[in-house]
Amino acid sequence: MRIQLKIWRQENARAQGRMVDYELADINPEMSFLEMLDVLNEQLIQRGDMPVEFDHDCREGICGQCGLFINGRAHGPQAATTTCQLHMRHFRDGDTIYVEPFRSRAFPVIKDLRIDRSAFDRIIQAGGYISTRTGDAPEANALPIGHKVAEAAFDAAACIGCGACVATCKNASAALFTGAKVSHLAMLPQGRPEAAERARKMVQQMEDEGFGHCTNTGACEVECPQEISIRHIARMNFEYNRAGVLRK
Amino acid sequence: MNRTLSLPNNLARKNLMALTGLFLCFFLVIHLAGNLQLLLPAERAQLQYNHYSELLSHNILIKVVSYVLYASIIAHAVYALVLTVNSRTAQGGQGYAYDKRGAASTWYSRNMGLLGALLLAFLIFHMANFWYPYKFGEVPVDAAGRKDLYRVVVLAYREWWYVALYVVSMLVLGFHLLHGFYSAFQSLGLYHSKYGRWVKWAGQAYTLVITAGFILIPIWVFLTKPMP
Repeated sequence: MRIQLKIWRQENARAQGRMVDYELADINPEMSFLEMLDVLNEQLIQRGDMPVEFDHDCREGICGQCGLFINGRAHGPQAATTTCQLHMRHFRDGDTIYVEPFRSRAFPVIKDLRIDRSAFDRIIQAGGYISTRTGDAPEANALPIGHKVAEAAFDAAACIGCGACVATCKNASAALFTGAKVSHLAMLPQGRPEAAERARKMVQQMEDEGFGHCTNTGACEVECPQEISIRHIARMNFEYNRAGVLRK
Repeated sequence: MNRTLSLPNNLARKNLMALTGLFLCFFLVIHLAGNLQLLLPAERAQLQYNHYSELLSHNILIKVVSYVLYASIIAHAVYALVLTVNSRTAQGGQGYAYDKRGAASTWYSRNMGLLGALLLAFLIFHMANFWYPYKFGEVPVDAAGRKDLYRVVVLAYREWWYVALYVVSMLVLGFHLLHGFYSAFQSLGLYHSKYGRWVKWAGQAYTLVITAGFILIPIWVFLTKPMP
């Protein structure tokens, strides 16, 4: 298939970027979106041009590294899909495809389609952990956790931190990401002792990183490749408010 | 502009939006219930409505609640503005060249600020028409010697454009409530899936009753009430 591409090119973090047109012929519909970009980059290198930089790692949909804004949607038009799991068969021959980086003040562009998502790391560092004794792995049955609780906690833990929630949010809010982390640990007995402190610290870090507020439009859960529910945002709000009310 | 208004983060600011918003939702129920008296036959409506108005404006408890109400409206609007400005900043300067994000949410949930601004404009107009003359202006008296607010209302609703403006404004209110009622509970932390669903249904039912009620009153008065 033949496709037209409009790709955001930006020299470095300080440079002015712009959309640049490319054309690719003979694209195999079974290629993934990233493989299509690989083909483009090969051609650019052969021509002596700079290849388009983009984030990627596992290409199996589980690492959260790839994240592109494709045709106006985070990770493209397919539901519950990361960019690497999007395939060219979902486009038509002759299509024009817009490719842009995820946008928000907290995710500055490093180069082309690559963005700096270390704001997420700092939110995790603020409280997305449990303080526990290190040493041998504990006996699995020493701490019983009900099946439903384990499943619900795992639903939140499935967040891969790709940033699609921020990219699609009209307020550039990181509430779904932070909510998933707070909610995951708040549901489990290991995470419970620090739940109040965690909620306060992570919420404040989210603020300090410059993310916007949550207006509960629900767009993030629609675009989330892991289909994480906005109920986890409500649970974060609950944990935060509970921490405030019960503060000693 | 002060970006925080003395609250530490967006969650705290959203809590305030939710609490003031829910209080305003509660006010709308009382306001609609009182105004349903306008649907009574003309003579009874006039006496009863004027009596009710006088009762409200002379009750100390109502007076206290009304100040809470004014404060809620102002706080809801001021914090909405602060959050909107912060949201602009958070998005960063560069927008998307091709933007189809709208497909993932409803238009009214994304435009609460615009709907709210329209409501504020309507509210100023509404208070200038009824609240201000009743409190500070010249109002004729009825047969019982009470300020004839009923007459002021019926005179206003004799104009078709006035009725049309009210109907449109109440539709704006309806969409604001449709998202706002549910969103307030979500902001405060209602995460339970079953009760969350119930709150969503309750919000839809509430919106329907409030919107339909406030649309019905001006139309009913326009169609049935003779000049007092």
